Amino acid sequence: MDVLELARWQFGITTVYHFILVPLTIGLSTLVAIMQTAWVRTGKEKYYRMTKFYGKLLLINFALGIATGIVQEFQFGMNWAEYSRFVGDVFGAPLAMEALVAFFLESTFLGLWIFGWDRLPRKVHLATIWAFAIGTILSAYFILAANSWMQHPVGAEFNPETGRAEMTDIFAVLTNSTTLAAFPHVIATAFLVAGTFVGGIAVYWMVRKSREAKGHEDIGVYRTAARFGAVTMLIAGAAVIVSGDVQAKLMFEQQPIKMAAAEGLCHTEQSAEFSLLAIGNLAGDDCESVKHIIVMPGLLSYLAEGDFNAEVRGLDELQEYYADRYGAVDENGEEIVYEPNLLVTYWSFRLMIGLAVFSAALSLLILWFTRKGRAVEQPWMSKLALISLPMPFLAASFGWIFTEMGRQPFVVAPNPTGSDEIMLMTMFGVSEATSVFEVALSLTVLTLVYAILGVFWFRLMHRYAVEGLPNVEPEEVSTDPDRPMSFAY
Amino acid sequence: MDLPLLWFILIAVLWTGYLVLEGFDFGVGMLLEKVGKGDKGRRVALNSIGPVWDGNEVWLLTAGGAMFAAFPEWYATLFSGFYIPLLLILLALIVRAVAIEYRGKINDDGWRRRWDWMIMGSAWVPSILWGVAFANIVRGVPIDENGTYTGGFFNLLTPYALLGGATTLVLFLSHGAIFLSLKTSGDVHDRAVSVARTMAPIAVVVAGAFAIWTQLAYSVAWTWAAVAIAALALLATWFFGGKGSYGKAFAANAIAIAAAVVLIFGSLYPDVMPSTTDPAYSLTVENASSTDYTLTVMSWVAVVLVPIILIYQSWSYWVFRRRLSTDHIPEHNSLTFLPKKK
Ligand code: HDD
Ligand code: HEM
Ligand code: HEM
Repeated sequence: MDVLELARWQFGITTVYHFILVPLTIGLSTLVAIMQTAWVRTGKEKYYRMTKFYGKLLLINFALGIATGIVQEFQFGMNWAEYSRFVGDVFGAPLAMEALVAFFLESTFLGLWIFGWDRLPRKVHLATIWAFAIGTILSAYFILAANSWMQHPVGAEFNPETGRAEMTDIFAVLTNSTTLAAFPHVIATAFLVAGTFVGGIAVYWMVRKSREAKGHEDIGVYRTAARFGAVTMLIAGAAVIVSGDVQAKLMFEQQPIKMAAAEGLCHTEQSAEFSLLAIGNLAGDDCESVKHIIVMPGLLSYLAEGDFNAEVRGLDELQEYYADRYGAVDENGEEIVYEPNLLVTYWSFRLMIGLAVFSAALSLLILWFTRKGRAVEQPWMSKLALISLPMPFLAASFGWIFTEMGRQPFVVAPNPTGSDEIMLMTMFGVSEATSVFEVALSLTVLTLVYAILGVFWFRLMHRYAVEGLPNVEPEEVSTDPDRPMSFAY
Repeated sequence: MDLPLLWFILIAVLWTGYLVLEGFDFGVGMLLEKVGKGDKGRRVALNSIGPVWDGNEVWLLTAGGAMFAAFPEWYATLFSGFYIPLLLILLALIVRAVAIEYRGKINDDGWRRRWDWMIMGSAWVPSILWGVAFANIVRGVPIDENGTYTGGFFNLLTPYALLGGATTLVLFLSHGAIFLSLKTSGDVHDRAVSVARTMAPIAVVVAGAFAIWTQLAYSVAWTWAAVAIAALALLATWFFGGKGSYGKAFAANAIAIAAAVVLIFGSLYPDVMPSTTDPAYSLTVENASSTDYTLTVMSWVAVVLVPIILIYQSWSYWVFRRRLSTDHIPEHNSLTFLPKKK
């Protein structure tokens, strides 16, 4: 393997790992803030217990989120130095803003929230978790602005003297149409993940408690949590679909070849069909051998243009178009393939959408079974809840894999309506100073450390979820310096 | 003012913020066993940084992000060149974040002890390596005409660089011990005080040697002022520590760290990363920086946000200002892993 391949694996592994944790932090911080708000406003103890229960799970998740984020910040420089030189003038700005606007807010106010239960007046303490939750959402905005620029570079021009992209308009970068579409989609995803998490665990417990001790007071608390999760899933799910559709329409304009690959669409077609399944040699770059089975006529045209009869360009036409515009052969005289990997794009796209079915089903069933004050008692619901838990996490990972692998062979994809010089092939982005040994070492060590820490994360999450609602009294607020801490590491 | 120069100074400020703040976090981490003795004592030490350590670490992320935005060439050359030391630092920071957060989550001595070792190890490694890295930047490293680092890992381990590592190490140990003297009472406090008193003269010698070497070999006339301030500040740390004025000792040590950063950045200017291959290949404040437009945008962002950040971070230090002792530490309310079903 060469440095390029190793660096790509490392990037893929570390970002996907980071993003398993991220959506739960983003969604759950707001959901916990809502629970705590309900407690402060109504004074009902059940909301307090929910806050504490899900709050602990949030903290376990957050720690690993930070740990994996730190690597993200520096690996552009370590493995992708040439990329960093090319984009730094534009891309560095949202990254630095993310730290200044969001990370300081998140980290400082989370510290205040964890340790401040008995130190701060109730309303001030409530404000700290909201500040934290807002911080997570802001951080998503800025990093997505950075990422969207790689999908669709705007607000910049090419400087032939330095060979770098230079920013000309920060507002264009921050209001990139791609960002405005990706941000709601990713945030809605985060709420789908967190809603499923809250609802799923609550259902598991409601079923268990109803069998252990019918009529136990905790059942009512779990019921509230389950319905809260279900409503979140429903709203978030709808938002995911609507925002995803907006993104799809944009993507057909901005990166048509990604979409053609996602469909295995070899030739330009009118009224193109959307396939749910395909067989054939997707991996072999042999589009012709792919057979679509289970198809929905015209749907692809509809997704692209909002019209069932619209024409959608196929891979053959697009390959020619890209070759004409961006060059047919590379420095060594070899033909440049502009198609991303068909197998990955085709399936990751379908898995992203398909796996969300679990959350949809879970949410509707929870709402049905808990109607009019009822509790869920069916053991199969408990099983469904547990099976559903990991699904939106997986769907979100496939969403990123689709977005990022579909962009290949570019790391900065050219903007069809922008400057043709602002683009960068992934292979030219990799560092020149690093050796195969160094990248192989870091790939191995990071993957191992992540795997070990992942085991601890899982064990703790599991252990604290299985512990169930805590029986604790709300802290009294006091400034007495001799009082023991209410919470300590 | 010239924008690249302004950003060169701002980056020095961000690194100062990082080294001063995370410096005592690392010091506390390294001394966990030494001052803590029993489990409760270690928890006192850990909780003294509990609410603030993550906020302190964000200064690093900001310094990194700001280098990327303001000096992309510097960011690219530095982090791809100093690959292995940086990897080790990252690994330490990863483990540290998780260790601090997970240590108290399971009620089991073995579990807690293992994380204790992680907390200590992950504080020693970066405390040494940051000094090594900065010393190498000042000394200059082989960089070719494309701005690419061409040395290996062992090139970075020169005597001067190792002295740099020793310098950050003693400064952080001293900083952590004084911080604990200021923030704790009881046994932990007493042990921290005795460490602080031992470290103060060592810091004067080690950091003094590094400062003078830097000044004589790599620097310009005006940075003698930074050397003098660093020396005075370290003597003041020693003096106030001996008198029991830990607030003043802490401030003095922080000034010493800041003066060291001034010395380093002052020696560098107008370079940001001198090349030993050929001075013509050096990365400079001018040739490594972003465009004026980007720097203007970033200046506005920094001008608006940094004061706000300072206000809320200070507020958080104010909220958690009281001293901690073992009496304040509650019994563990963490969970025990359930025994396996037969
Ligand atoms: C859509 C959201 C999102 C995405 C795409 C990313 N992150 Fe992230 N990141 C977050 C959302 C987030 C967060 C919600 O703000 C986290 C997750 C858990 C946490 O601790 O904060 C976080 C933590 C986090 C931290 C630790 C912050 C701290 O110490 O408080 C760093 C340095 C990064 N991230 C950097 C990155 C970089 C450089 C990314 C690009 C490759 C990236 N993240 C992708
Ligand atoms: C956290 C969410 C993200 C995930 C899960 C993710 C995932 C991925 C994946 C799977 C690849 C493909 C690896 C490959 O095929 O080589 C990739 C590539 C890349 N992504 Fe992302 N990405 C995320 C966010 C970002 C963001 C926010 C940025 C920029 C700020 C970014 C920058 C890159 C770069 C530079 C590459 C090029 C390396 C390569 O092509 O392998 N990614 N990412
Ligand atoms: C639970 C997780 C997710 C679900 C259920 C989901 C679902 C969807 C849906 C329904 C669409 C609209 C498809 C269409 O109208 O053609 C879509 C589009 C899209 N999604 Fe997601 N998504 C999820 C997560 C993500 C994530 C994390 C990303 C990463 C950025 C992502 C990237 C995209 C992109 C780029 C599109 C537009 C291109 C396309 O439609 O193929 N998705 N998603």
